[in-house]
Amino acid sequence: MNVYADNAATTRMSQTALDAVRDCMENTWGNPSSLYETGQKAKTALEQARERVAAALNALPGEILFTSGGSEADNQAIRGAAALGKAKGKTHIISTTIEHHAVLHTLKRLEREGFTVTLLPVDAEGLVTARQVAEAIRDDTCLVTVMYANNEIGTVEPIAEIGAVCRERGVLFHTDAVQAAGHLPVDVKADNVDLLSLSGHKFHGPKGVGALYVRRGVRIPPLIEGGSQERGKRAGTENLPGIVGMAAALSEAVERLPEETARLTGMRDALIAGLSEIPYGVLNGARTNRLPGSVSFCFEAIEGESIILLLDDLGISVSSGSACTSGSLDPSHVLLAIGRPHEIAHGSVRITLGAYNDASQVPYIVDSVKAVVERLRNMSPVWRDLNEGKRQHVIPA
Amino acid sequence: MALYSEKVMDHFRNPRNVGVIENADGVGEVGNAVCGDIMKIYLKIDGDVITDVKFETFGCGSAIASSSMATELIKGKPVSEALALTNKAVTEALDGLPAHKLHCSVLAEEAIKAALKDYYDKNGIEYDPAMFPEESCAYCAAGEV
Repeated sequence: MNVYADNAATTRMSQTALDAVRDCMENTWGNPSSLYETGQKAKTALEQARERVAAALNALPGEILFTSGGSEADNQAIRGAAALGKAKGKTHIISTTIEHHAVLHTLKRLEREGFTVTLLPVDAEGLVTARQVAEAIRDDTCLVTVMYANNEIGTVEPIAEIGAVCRERGVLFHTDAVQAAGHLPVDVKADNVDLLSLSGHKFHGPKGVGALYVRRGVRIPPLIEGGSQERGKRAGTENLPGIVGMAAALSEAVERLPEETARLTGMRDALIAGLSEIPYGVLNGARTNRLPGSVSFCFEAIEGESIILLLDDLGISVSSGSACTSGSLDPSHVLLAIGRPHEIAHGSVRITLGAYNDASQVPYIVDSVKAVVERLRNMSPVWRDLNEGKRQHVIPA
Repeated sequence: MALYSEKVMDHFRNPRNVGVIENADGVGEVGNAVCGDIMKIYLKIDGDVITDVKFETFGCGSAIASSSMATELIKGKPVSEALALTNKAVTEALDGLPAHKLHCSVLAEEAIKAALKDYYDKNGIEYDPAMFPEESCAYCAAGEV
């Protein structure tokens, strides 16, 4: 059986999105900035896509800015808000320890440029509270940026509450909604958001395209200078096939949201129930307050890359937050932030479901993970030490 | 292009000499769980020959493959040859490892040396301590935690 279950990394495109991209490439290949008919046809397609993305977020079309993806949207939102703050002498930014690196590394750079950054800690489930944000806001705070839902452990943050606090205190609020858009009912008005990032390929759209919602009246500067595309906020000829494909995918995802949420949540909970039978394993993130298709576990005494490779042999594609899979020396900063010790964080597996997964795959995934965990534990000296009482369990049975 | 060579994947999927030797003549364990890899080598030595070798490894694909290959390279060999085994030889026998995985072959070399040192210590055999340098954690900053 072949099971792609790494939908938080990327998704297979939907047929609707594929058709939209292909049709645009074949028939609407003009430059939206050109005045003649071929160009104006492209301009129309661009603006229709903008309307569709805006409608999916309860935003106005003029509040949607197309980018090359989630990372660019995060960079522009944060650097833009920082520039607005600096002009008013405000150089303090609040975020959390579990953000995506597109946010954390941008903040690191701003720190080197003279900004002060407060990273709020999260609780054992990966949750940050509006109260923490309220207590961290200072007179010189120019931006709060908190992710909508976490890419590794799936925890959904109280965005509307945090947004309300920021609105009340007059501080710009950005949320990285890359994992949430198309998977949760995102509403920029109800969520009190000023800036929001999303990425096309996380909801069965194409790669290399994303969007930044910028609330009307917030005048953030461009990251990329050049022509006057995107009302001067993002230069460069628009990636129209990508934009049209993303808009089609997002509309489709939002349309199917209620039924998909129910379907994926059912599969997710069955996965969690099945994997919870493995002794000395622990669910990462909140039990119910999590993305519909997201499951993350740590298993004691084994290492994540080995799990991933053996599951790959069984036709299952998933990911891990181990150091060996992150390409760095440390395991995932998110797993460390929720209090997993290094040795436990190395043994993590993330399974993320999407539109192409179905319930028949769940027992196969559970059985495969059980078999792989057992196989690796049987060759692990750590497992032997635990069984012989020479080492203490960190995770309860 | 796959992550690892066919050889690495073969030794990872079908590791040779996995297990434990009860009453081993030499046992060596290197690495730590914080770093994400631990290797344990068990040796049975008869006269001057390594008659049996087993390993247990907690780690990534290349750590398991490196342990497996290292045990194959010393099985049935004189102790002197096992002492001379380098991480380079392990890497070459595996048809190479990605640069950031070379430390796995270093661990394999160190695990075998640690087991041989244990054998010398247990049997009161004199040796030059310089043959057994401290295990290097240079590849792994987390090891300092």
